[in-house]
Amino acid sequence: MKTVFEYTRGMRPVTTTYCPGCTHGIAHRLVMEVLVEKGLLGDTIGVSPIGCSILSHDYMNVDMCESAHGRAPAVASGIRRALPNKTVFTYQGDGDLASIGAGEIIHAAHRGELFTTIFINNAIYGMTGGQMAPTTLIGQKSTTGVDGRKKEISGMPLRISELLATIDGAVFVERVALNTPANVRKAKKAIEKAFTVQQMGLGFGLVEVLSTCPTNWGLSPVDSMTWLEENMIPYYPLGNFRCPEEVK
Amino acid sequence: MEEKKLMKGNEAFAEAAIRGGCHLYFGYPITPQNEIPEYMSRELSKHGGSFVQAESELAAVNMAYGGALTGHNVFLSSSSPGIALMQEGISFMCSAEIPVVMLNISRGGPGVGGIQPGQADYRQATKGGGNGDYHVPVFAPASVQESVDLIYDAIPIAERYRNPVMILADGMLGQMMEPVTLPEHRAVRSEAELLAEKPWALNGHGDKRERMVIQSLHLKPEELEAHNMHLEEKYQSMRKELPKYQIKNCKDAEIVFVAFGTMSRIVNEAIDQLKTEGITAGLIRPITLWPFPEAAFDEIDPSTKVVISTELAIGQMMEDVKSAVAGRFPVELIYRTGGMVPTPMEVARRAKQILEAIR
Amino acid sequence: MAKGSIRINIDKCKGCELCVASCPKKILKIHDSTLNAMGHHPVSVTDKENCTGCGICGLMCPDGVISVYRED
Repeated sequence: MKTVFEYTRGMRPVTTTYCPGCTHGIAHRLVMEVLVEKGLLGDTIGVSPIGCSILSHDYMNVDMCESAHGRAPAVASGIRRALPNKTVFTYQGDGDLASIGAGEIIHAAHRGELFTTIFINNAIYGMTGGQMAPTTLIGQKSTTGVDGRKKEISGMPLRISELLATIDGAVFVERVALNTPANVRKAKKAIEKAFTVQQMGLGFGLVEVLSTCPTNWGLSPVDSMTWLEENMIPYYPLGNFRCPEEVK
Repeated sequence: MEEKKLMKGNEAFAEAAIRGGCHLYFGYPITPQNEIPEYMSRELSKHGGSFVQAESELAAVNMAYGGALTGHNVFLSSSSPGIALMQEGISFMCSAEIPVVMLNISRGGPGVGGIQPGQADYRQATKGGGNGDYHVPVFAPASVQESVDLIYDAIPIAERYRNPVMILADGMLGQMMEPVTLPEHRAVRSEAELLAEKPWALNGHGDKRERMVIQSLHLKPEELEAHNMHLEEKYQSMRKELPKYQIKNCKDAEIVFVAFGTMSRIVNEAIDQLKTEGITAGLIRPITLWPFPEAAFDEIDPSTKVVISTELAIGQMMEDVKSAVAGRFPVELIYRTGGMVPTPMEVARRAKQILEAIR
Repeated sequence: MAKGSIRINIDKCKGCELCVASCPKKILKIHDSTLNAMGHHPVSVTDKENCTGCGICGLMCPDGVISVYRED
């Protein structure tokens, strides 16, 4: 009998505080699987954001630090400059990265900082209770937009991958989703490439992961996956936006 | 090797940080401290260090946190409004217990204010502009040489307490040229030596130990209270161990001035002027602004008529002076603000008026 | 003889049903009459014989609840 699937030792053997069906658990695991497979677990420092995943340091089996809201890319830049031979990543949500930390992510990319960012886009603020994010879709309800997001008031949702792909230093940019087994497998491949780009010293890499927030979306975990597919993917198309020749 | 040189203040400060062992610097252009990032951009690579021009002071302070949490020494500099932006990171680093040394070449405020020297960052520096129960030791040099020495010495102080330390200088010190003796370069520690000294530093667990976390979030109130009490114990030690001041002529003085930094130099000349007019005056010069050197005020002779807080700010230090004097003497204020600097004659004239009113 | 088998760590299961929805053989079900220590109804296998050991349930589980094995 052979083992087809086992929980990675990159994840600590604890139960997360995430809500049932929250895809943070899948995204965490994919990052840690990649680090284990690359033999990098012991040489990695992760930066957690403000948001539900601030507690990712309780779950990921690597050295980690917290960061103030949105500042993870600045913190990671500092770590990477101090430890040029280590692997560094940030794990950030859409409130953290696309709103309050928009400046930090753009300039980390612009400097071509040698770290990897896992960007969780679930189109809402989770930890604070379902407020509108820059990524919230038109018509999508939130606690700061109970009638749904309106373009005239809040503008159109921000496409971070497309934005960052215009920056020379962001050499790897890909958008993936966690809604189906096939997409989860593709997500892992993209994360693997993003870390390879860092290892090869080619520049900054980001993987945008379309994710769910069943609690704040007011849907079951299974229905959330359908909602993601029907609403998020049409506006946030999946695929690679930038990839260096070396890792194609 | 020690080295004697004629240097511009800001460049000497940067060199002191490098010699002290800070080989990581994160900064953003702001007047009147621009010679510091410029110097660092030229010099740091020669020492195998790293200079990053951050996109903002907010990013700079968070980069400093990232660099310092690996155990490496980090130097930061800015000026008043830039320091205001850094408050988020200062509060965070106090909580996470990450040592950095930062230099504030302060200017006039509030708001954007001006670019001439000021001391109106006193409250921001000593009382903290960030959130929460925290303190940052603040050293206030009065010459280029003293700035160099305090920066150099602040590095092990920050390490010892695992807390940020601030040097509060002003545009006058940053821009003036004075002869300085530069201290010798501290020995560079290997990565292994660094980790042995700082077992809390993140470097990857190497599959040899449990993973470590550096954090400032404590969701359980009892846990946060315990953490804050642990920090408070450190602040109590600082209150005992750090106060530093210089005292001049306080035994038989009718007037005792209290002044720090550039202002103390002007007061020194005012004291000489008053002497020619038959008025004896002394000076308490706080070198630490936090912890405020309250013991200095016990050295004031009971016959003293008045204590005068003399500032490039409107009575910010005076609050601490009043608290230290504790009702033993009248406390008065002489100030200029907004980048205006008084002449010694002006200070002497105002002091004389105050003394006459009291007599 | 089943080609595959799974092991479920009932204590960690939050009953989200992502595995149930994605199982190609439709042999997973929430066990309504069981509660774990967290207060969730955990997942269970309804038809062990039909498990192919494809691994999809483990892949989609956010909580590391399921291990998957296949006969050589």
